[in-house]
Amino acid sequence: MRYLPLTDTDRREMLGVIGAKSVDDLFRDVPEKARREGLVDLPKRQGELEVERALNKMAAKNVAAGSVPFFVGAGAYRHHVPATVDHLIQRSEFLTSYTPYQPEITQGTLQYLFEFQTQVAMLTGMDVANASMYDGSTACGEAVLMAHRVTKRKKAVLSGTLHPQYRAVVENLSEFANDVVEALPPAIPGTTEDIISRICDDTSCVVVQSPSFYGDLIDLRAIADAAHAKGALLIAVVTEIVSLGLVTPPGEMGADIVVGEGQSIGNGLNFGGPYVGLFATKSKYVRQMPGRLCGETVDATGARGFVLTLSTREQHIRREKATSNICTNSGLCSLAFTIHLSLLGEEGFTRLARINHANAVKLADGLAGVKGVEVLNDSFFNEFTIRLPRSAAAVVDELADKDVIGGVPVSRLIPDDPSVENLLVVASTEINTDADRAAFVAALKEVL
Amino acid sequence: MSGMNTQGRPTGAGEASSGSAIETYTGNRGLRLEEPLIFELDNPGACGVDLDEPDAFTARLGGLARKGNIGLPGISEPDVMRHYVRLSRKNYSIDAGLYPLGSCTMKHNPRLNEKMARVAGFSDVHPLQPQKTVQGALELIDTLAHWLKELTGLPAVAMSPKAGAHGELCGMMAIRAALEARGEGATRTRVLVPESAHGTNPATAALLGYKVDAIPATEDGRVDLSAFKAKLGPDVAAIMLTNPNTCGLFERDIIAIADAVHEAGAYFYCDGANFNAIVGRVRPGDLGVDAMHINLHKTFSTPHGGGGPGAGPVVLSEALAPFAPLPYVVHGQDGFRLVETTKEAKADGTQPFGRMVSFHGQMGMFVRAMAYMMSHGSDGLRQVAEDAVLNANYILASLKNDLSAPFEGPCMREALFDDRFLKGTGVETLDFAKAMIDEGYHPMTMYFPLVVHGALLIEPTETESKKTLDQFIGTLRHLAKAAKGNDKALFTGAPHFAPRHRLDETLAARNPVLRWQPPVPAQAAE
Amino acid sequence: MSEIRFTDQHEWVRVDGDTATIGITDYAQEQLGDVVYVELPEVGKALTAGDEAAVVESVKAASEVYAPVSGEIVEVNGDLEGAPGGVNEDAMGRGWFVKMKLSDSGELSKLMDEDAYKAFVEGLA
Repeated sequence: MRYLPLTDTDRREMLGVIGAKSVDDLFRDVPEKARREGLVDLPKRQGELEVERALNKMAAKNVAAGSVPFFVGAGAYRHHVPATVDHLIQRSEFLTSYTPYQPEITQGTLQYLFEFQTQVAMLTGMDVANASMYDGSTACGEAVLMAHRVTKRKKAVLSGTLHPQYRAVVENLSEFANDVVEALPPAIPGTTEDIISRICDDTSCVVVQSPSFYGDLIDLRAIADAAHAKGALLIAVVTEIVSLGLVTPPGEMGADIVVGEGQSIGNGLNFGGPYVGLFATKSKYVRQMPGRLCGETVDATGARGFVLTLSTREQHIRREKATSNICTNSGLCSLAFTIHLSLLGEEGFTRLARINHANAVKLADGLAGVKGVEVLNDSFFNEFTIRLPRSAAAVVDELADKDVIGGVPVSRLIPDDPSVENLLVVASTEINTDADRAAFVAALKEVL
Repeated sequence: MSGMNTQGRPTGAGEASSGSAIETYTGNRGLRLEEPLIFELDNPGACGVDLDEPDAFTARLGGLARKGNIGLPGISEPDVMRHYVRLSRKNYSIDAGLYPLGSCTMKHNPRLNEKMARVAGFSDVHPLQPQKTVQGALELIDTLAHWLKELTGLPAVAMSPKAGAHGELCGMMAIRAALEARGEGATRTRVLVPESAHGTNPATAALLGYKVDAIPATEDGRVDLSAFKAKLGPDVAAIMLTNPNTCGLFERDIIAIADAVHEAGAYFYCDGANFNAIVGRVRPGDLGVDAMHINLHKTFSTPHGGGGPGAGPVVLSEALAPFAPLPYVVHGQDGFRLVETTKEAKADGTQPFGRMVSFHGQMGMFVRAMAYMMSHGSDGLRQVAEDAVLNANYILASLKNDLSAPFEGPCMREALFDDRFLKGTGVETLDFAKAMIDEGYHPMTMYFPLVVHGALLIEPTETESKKTLDQFIGTLRHLAKAAKGNDKALFTGAPHFAPRHRLDETLAARNPVLRWQPPVPAQAAE
Repeated sequence: MSEIRFTDQHEWVRVDGDTATIGITDYAQEQLGDVVYVELPEVGKALTAGDEAAVVESVKAASEVYAPVSGEIVEVNGDLEGAPGGVNEDAMGRGWFVKMKLSDSGELSKLMDEDAYKAFVEGLA
């Protein structure tokens, strides 16, 4: 077998050194009735050619986003990733390296993590960021747990701007931890959400997403002030990180913790994962922050170097008293983020954000011109919500038959609420062309 | 004081050894290059992408346009390439050398996996596209799930957890949900965990509000069965066991343990980190396991990527299957269907405990693991376990007289040593490990498991040749001999040849500097 | 006349009137390695003997420090915030953690005196 270097001669020799008659001897501690004599009922080994054939066949049954006019967002966004990024992350020393617990021989990893942490802090306008989490939704859940630790309270208030699946993640964690969640109804653009009146003396944190799940841009300042007045923290959620190239960052609006999804930079859609969770906060809370942290130091010769630090927050040391049970970060995805953002730089990143917004504005204008379609948002970045004259889920299905992937029906994530039945969340990034937009508008006209 | 670190070891940088007398202008040494931070390479006006400014338009940002600079550096593509290539060269990797890391299963990462993961039909699909446009993706998840169920002998699998620890949380949540459905959620508040367990186990239990009760080990490194049974009671929710355990040994009494757990009305969570030892030869379902997470980045070769991403699907027994979290894939008459909401689950008749993550799981890692599994097949995977166990025993047998082994063999796929062989030499486990770096090896796992003093845990995996193992064994013999022979030069101030000497972790923790800051502009002259 | 007592968890307590100064012993700091952070309780907090009073962290470990006696925290050692190394440099003096107002000076007699602690530590080797 091509990945197994031992030959039968090797095996015989090694058994001799061990003093065992056969490899079965080495499994003698396994209770007899648990030993499988024969092979498990699965296909036998295959060469590369056969494996490629089988997997390509499966892949061919999917419609790739790049092959059709594509307008899906809702927490994951299709952006163009420069060729350099994928090439670099496939270098052996990045792809196949272990967690940097031996810093002398992993300065490559540690330095890029330090760069990543700096980039995330800059984008969000916060003091410090960690070396990434699994994804935006789990980062959001962890932020709520952290707020409970900091405030010593256990009630989280979730804005209706929050991605419904992020809300579900927080609710799940809270239920198991015996914490309390108060979730507001969907913050449909055009309606005003009164979250401030829900902040009480027992509130640990308020969680607000901007741009919202529906695309609205939210001014967090008043909410931050109201939260702080009651001793609560403001957690800001950003699922489209490119928005921070054009929109005021949560750190400048009073957020105490900012969490987000970094997938838009450096990472493809990948049907939902792997993604990269962003987590940033104020310096004073750094010891309550979950996840890996990379810090600067010097070596024995005085040369600058980097190490994982503040590990005593983590599970392998604190065990029961850890800030989280989390073991890993999203290493290679955070590297892709760092490289892509380095290529973009200040000029490229801000321009990319402007292109995204410009494209969304063009699309909104085009869709607003379709009879029966209402664009609900006054403000947005690269995503907005439209109201259709009938079920959005049915319309999306019919658009797909016309080879247009036209957005996410809100009812897919919020199935029980008639008020969202006709709502469609539509994203437009730099990958959409005029032809794409025209195709969407035309198909929608036909379908409606 | 509690939990005192009785293996207190120095975390300062110590003294540097005397290096070569030649100083270079650049600070570089041949191919060993010094590289600043990306922010220190800022070349205002340079940019690594070509994007056209959009035509004039009216923004709709609601007055929330960002003001001021973000502070990102401007760099051309060639310079970005050079920066990251140089950084990469400071890293050890499995492509370049053996990682003897116990319990990490650092095996070869096949590039076929990378190629398949990048096929557009897998990589360029959005989780929320209409389900009829992603039937192949759902098919892949379902197929991988099938393989995992067959290999483990368990009837259900939760695919969405993003990493091993996340999978642990998932398994324990399913157990809690099952207990609550039985009306025993409030009374069963204790979880039993062996002293030798990895830190995630008690951390996970504590996260869910359980009281963690430690099970002692016997002298032969396994769970003390009678002590364990004595701890069982109607207030126990679950046991969390690693098998093979963290000392590298198979728990002989595992079926008796499982029976006792079930008799007490509790559930058996198995930490699947060590699955590489038994894949294809033993099925955890046959051992009485109720839930087990599988680290796809360990047993199933998805790359470690410098610290992630991982994936931690959890296989579940019949009793726990109904509580598997959202979302899950159903293979029906008209194709594959993704169940994403409580409403759909109700229609299905399942009782998912909730959702652990947005979207559907680590698809990119599923494709890689699938390519790996299909390449090996049932026969290849069985061979993986056999060769992994053989390699570890070869190391144990070859080194037990040069180092010191706390437990008689055979071991499973990792060999445990302790620091008795270093007693009186003045060389600590840490120094020994750092000297290995100079020899060109990543050190083995150190100081874990905690039940043994100065532990050195070695897991070679099956993708190492006999030749590689022989050289590794020779190296450790040489170092052990040097330590016992009082030859401190190799150890003091090691590593001497790595891109950095020993780093000051004390300073990093006392004065955390967690980001680059732009230098403060010099004050204008008075 | 201040008297020093020790617990088998390696805390020391020095009493002056009804104020007790508490820290960890020199043996403890050596076992811990470089101290990087100390988490101190709030002034005014009431503790029973055996309660967790503080947490002391080295790079690789975190240990609870238990109150050897019962009482109320009246002062904490703010110097340790910026310079936790003080615990390593002078564990028995400058590296003190908290001062407590004793609620029951009788508890002291249950603790080891200097000689007893010395013998206890020797027995651990």
